[in-house]
Amino acid sequence: MNAMDISIAAARAVVIFGLVLSLIPVLIWMERKGAAYIQDRRGPNRAHILGFRLGGLVHMLADALKLLTKEEVTAAGVMKPLVFLAPALAFFAATATVAAVPFSGPISVAGQTLTLEVANMKAGLVYVLAISSLGAYALLLAGVTSQTSYSFLGAMRAASQFISYELALGMAALALFLVAGSLSLTDIAADQGAVLWRWNAFRQPLAFLIFMAALFAEASRLPFDLPEGDSEIVGYHVEYSSMRFAMFFMAEYAHIIVGSAVVAALFFGGWNIPFADQGLIAANAERIAAVAWPIAAVVLMLAGASIAQRFKKRFGDLRDYEPVMIGLPMMIAGVTLAILYAPLGDVILSTRWLPAAVTFVLGFTAVLAKTLLIASVFVWVRWTLPRFRYDQVMAFGWKILLPAGMLNLVVTAAIMLYLG
Amino acid sequence: MAIEYIKLLEERLGDAAVESHSFRGFESAVVRSGAWERALEILKTDGKLNMLTDLCGLDHPGEKDRFEVVAHLYSVEKKKRVRLKTRCPEDDPSISTSTRVYPAADWFEREAFDMYGIRFDGHPNLKRILCHRDFVGHPLRKDYPKEKRQPFSTPDTLMDEMEILDPCDRPIVRSSDRKILDGVTIARSTIARSHDSRFLLNIGPSHPAMHGCFRVLVELDGERIRNAVPEIGYMHRCFEKEAEAHTWHQVIAYTDRLNYVSPIMNNAGYCMAVERLLDIEIPERAKWIRMLACEVSRICDHLVAVGANLVDIGALTNFWYLFNAREQFTDWIEALAGARLTATYTRIGGLSRDIPAGSNAQLRSCIKTMRQAIKDVAAMTKKNRILIDRTHGIGAISEEEAITRGFTGPCLRATGCAYDVRRAHPYYFYDDIEWDVPVGIRGDTYDRIFVRMEEMEQSARIIEQVLERLPEGPIMTSRRDVVLPPPHEVYGSIEGMMQHFKLAMHGIHPPEGEVYSYTEAANGELGFYIVSDGCERPYRARVRAPCFPIYQAFPMLIKGHLVADVVAIMGSLNIIAGELDR
Amino acid sequence: MGQEFLAVIILLIIAALTAVGIVAASALIGRRVSPEERNIPYECGLDPASRPFGRFPIKFFLVGVLFLIFDVEVVFLIPWAAAFRGSASLGNGAVLAVELVVFVSLLALALVFAWARGALEWER
Repeated sequence: MNAMDISIAAARAVVIFGLVLSLIPVLIWMERKGAAYIQDRRGPNRAHILGFRLGGLVHMLADALKLLTKEEVTAAGVMKPLVFLAPALAFFAATATVAAVPFSGPISVAGQTLTLEVANMKAGLVYVLAISSLGAYALLLAGVTSQTSYSFLGAMRAASQFISYELALGMAALALFLVAGSLSLTDIAADQGAVLWRWNAFRQPLAFLIFMAALFAEASRLPFDLPEGDSEIVGYHVEYSSMRFAMFFMAEYAHIIVGSAVVAALFFGGWNIPFADQGLIAANAERIAAVAWPIAAVVLMLAGASIAQRFKKRFGDLRDYEPVMIGLPMMIAGVTLAILYAPLGDVILSTRWLPAAVTFVLGFTAVLAKTLLIASVFVWVRWTLPRFRYDQVMAFGWKILLPAGMLNLVVTAAIMLYLG
Repeated sequence: MAIEYIKLLEERLGDAAVESHSFRGFESAVVRSGAWERALEILKTDGKLNMLTDLCGLDHPGEKDRFEVVAHLYSVEKKKRVRLKTRCPEDDPSISTSTRVYPAADWFEREAFDMYGIRFDGHPNLKRILCHRDFVGHPLRKDYPKEKRQPFSTPDTLMDEMEILDPCDRPIVRSSDRKILDGVTIARSTIARSHDSRFLLNIGPSHPAMHGCFRVLVELDGERIRNAVPEIGYMHRCFEKEAEAHTWHQVIAYTDRLNYVSPIMNNAGYCMAVERLLDIEIPERAKWIRMLACEVSRICDHLVAVGANLVDIGALTNFWYLFNAREQFTDWIEALAGARLTATYTRIGGLSRDIPAGSNAQLRSCIKTMRQAIKDVAAMTKKNRILIDRTHGIGAISEEEAITRGFTGPCLRATGCAYDVRRAHPYYFYDDIEWDVPVGIRGDTYDRIFVRMEEMEQSARIIEQVLERLPEGPIMTSRRDVVLPPPHEVYGSIEGMMQHFKLAMHGIHPPEGEVYSYTEAANGELGFYIVSDGCERPYRARVRAPCFPIYQAFPMLIKGHLVADVVAIMGSLNIIAGELDR
Repeated sequence: MGQEFLAVIILLIIAALTAVGIVAASALIGRRVSPEERNIPYECGLDPASRPFGRFPIKFFLVGVLFLIFDVEVVFLIPWAAAFRGSASLGNGAVLAVELVVFVSLLALALVFAWARGALEWER
């Protein structure tokens, strides 16, 4: 192993980790804006940096700063190292799972096949299940070390809920292993190909439903947010404050992002775009780029113009100028693109690495779009459904999901045998 | 009205039935203290007076039998009421308990003990209820100084009560065969069992799902409630003591703080009681407007109750839908009374001001928003599997049980009993307009939620009809011994000025007597038992808060359920600490 | 392969460092003025009525045991599932399928047993 290998390895890890980390505020923003949209209100839209509000995205930064500077309350008589360990472990478990998730299809550059992923692990899904189940320890630690009856109840709920739904998760995954003949997320995604009805969401609908339900439970999201259960037991994190408290939620959102990316790879073909397989895209890369360039230029100009014309005196400070400050650069960028098309177009469109670049961009966009779409289902469900009760959660996991998963496994094997 | 009950008592008790009298059409019977329990038993079994709506104490310093106990009984089928009174001497202020006859009397008797020191022999758990356990003296006695402060900060462990109440894994003790321990209270030191092995948990006073400041100590088996002891009094503001120290008019502002979610209904209830005492008929327009304001308040109250209850169950979004509508109704209340929360809107003899211009259009648009909100919420909840599983059969109570425990309002109607004061004893013009009394079937959390939802629709119907039929006319009575004269008379005639002076300086002087006046507030029958000795202040102003008996039954409702159900049931009962603790 | 596993290890290290870093940053930056009352464990504003570790029901333990049983079974099934497609294409599918049926029926039997014995009832 040489320095080149080490630097590529480090680059992979840093890029993927950075991606997950930067998606967390995006998802929090989606959650808050989504909730506001569902509940007939505006959501966050006040905080700004030099007038830039970015539709409320700046609030996430403000929140992070506020939480960092908040007082940390540590209940008397707790086991201090464990109190620090619990949120760190939660965050670690949620983000480390991303190692096995592919964010783009394989592309060949300079004779090497590269994929935007940390590693194409042979036992990728097993790794995901293993690492994500560490999250249960975090909640257990947080609840038990707090020395509070409420957090203790939360911890007991968390422990029994997580282990119950891990079984359902495993059962649903088994059926996918059967179908794909591999445990690697990259292989399972590749196996589905670009044909829409070969995607596992359609080939394995029951496994999909079980997996989604179990994922909700594993991420402890409403209707399965019993460990938190804020109106009942106040939560396993009742003794946590400031950033230590927020880390549990960062972990929750990281869990949703990674989980959604896993679902995208397992059930929605990962980087595959319906009816446009990788070879087709690579072969037509030049045409795609030739069409996309002018469209991008026009869209940038029009979007910039429409944003800029929303300028209105409302706040009496820099925030009023936000539409102009965003719209004008967009228009300029669009115009520049259009002008550059004539002199530079041919040069760029005929470069050797264009097919790889186009496949990569399209594949990455597909993964990102699928991930965020699935994550938005989490948001949508949270603001729609009431919470289960503890006994119902357990009954649902053991009496419905687990038998259904077993049945699905047997039926899948039978069908595969029948079809040869 | 209810003379038959007096006859029944005289027949059966003979000498022990001392006397009877009637004031403003309400029959009272006075019995000897020794015959108290017997009298109640006769009235319950033979007189079919199945509900004890209120029981309270009274103090007559200087008289031979200083303390008086007053019970108000009601027959839901016959729609008849009677008042039963007895006296006990100062040196031995004790009478037998009525909990064996009416289980609802439990807390009422504890309150009478707390406030007056009247001892109820045979009561299963006679300890202070509103005041702190270390409180010295009895605050509602006339000789207890109003200014005296007794600060306490150590909370009660409640372990003595935990011993008395039956955990649910023993046969559940119902009202009919309730086991009563002899002796009064068990001292805290005599607790025999060790508590180390039990998992006890305080829910409240500072808990996200407690709608106000009250507490229930539960004993858990995993998450199942084995036993529960409620504690109230965290928000006790001595309403009744304050009322005795203020003039008849000043008390109105205090009533705002009873059920603070729908204050106008408390204002109207109190004013109605004083008007009945004074024998005043308020003008027609005032009656219609009171109905209007009360129904708007009822909608506001139910919107909060349902919204908050759904939040407790985890369905958060519904709260915003319902609150949007409430916000608009509250805007109207602000235009009407000048305040959003502490309205102090009604006056003795009428109203403080007429409805604002444009009320018709404003209220109709409010109703439109409300109907849309209810439609949206019903779509999200009514057939939602999770919500149904969470609420069906949870905290259920039978009709009979609910009546003996003194339930009224939506919580009683959810059991199937169609008792609504507006229908059973119509006041104002409630019998002139068309509306229905929605009832439930099972008396569980689900029914309580949807009875409230349907009641909002009925209130909207009432509002629409009131808006159509609202007559022109004065909004204050013309009785000069109650109402300030108009300015031109004050400044233009000596009689007017003298009248103004007399009223402003000395207030109104209702005749000696007592009334029990009851209205249908958002949570049920809101009763005001008012005693006047002819002075400018109430001699006794007792509030029969609908929450009080309902919260009393709370431990029974939650036993055997899970922690998550506690908050769901709590929300559906809609306990308001302001009127619970007064 | 070596490069990929190095990447995984680097990712694990980065994730761990970030997690610890945020906790440490919060501890260093945050204000520290904790009056004693604030450090009392939360129980709705009152002193805790009992220590949370006193006793908790056997049900939780039971879930743990059941989980162990079933999770080990799932682990056994993983290599089987991964090998099924390859073997089936070689004509050994029927044998593997019979294995699955036997194995899953045993599992199902265990579940039915636990169910019938009331191990899955939480309401009781």
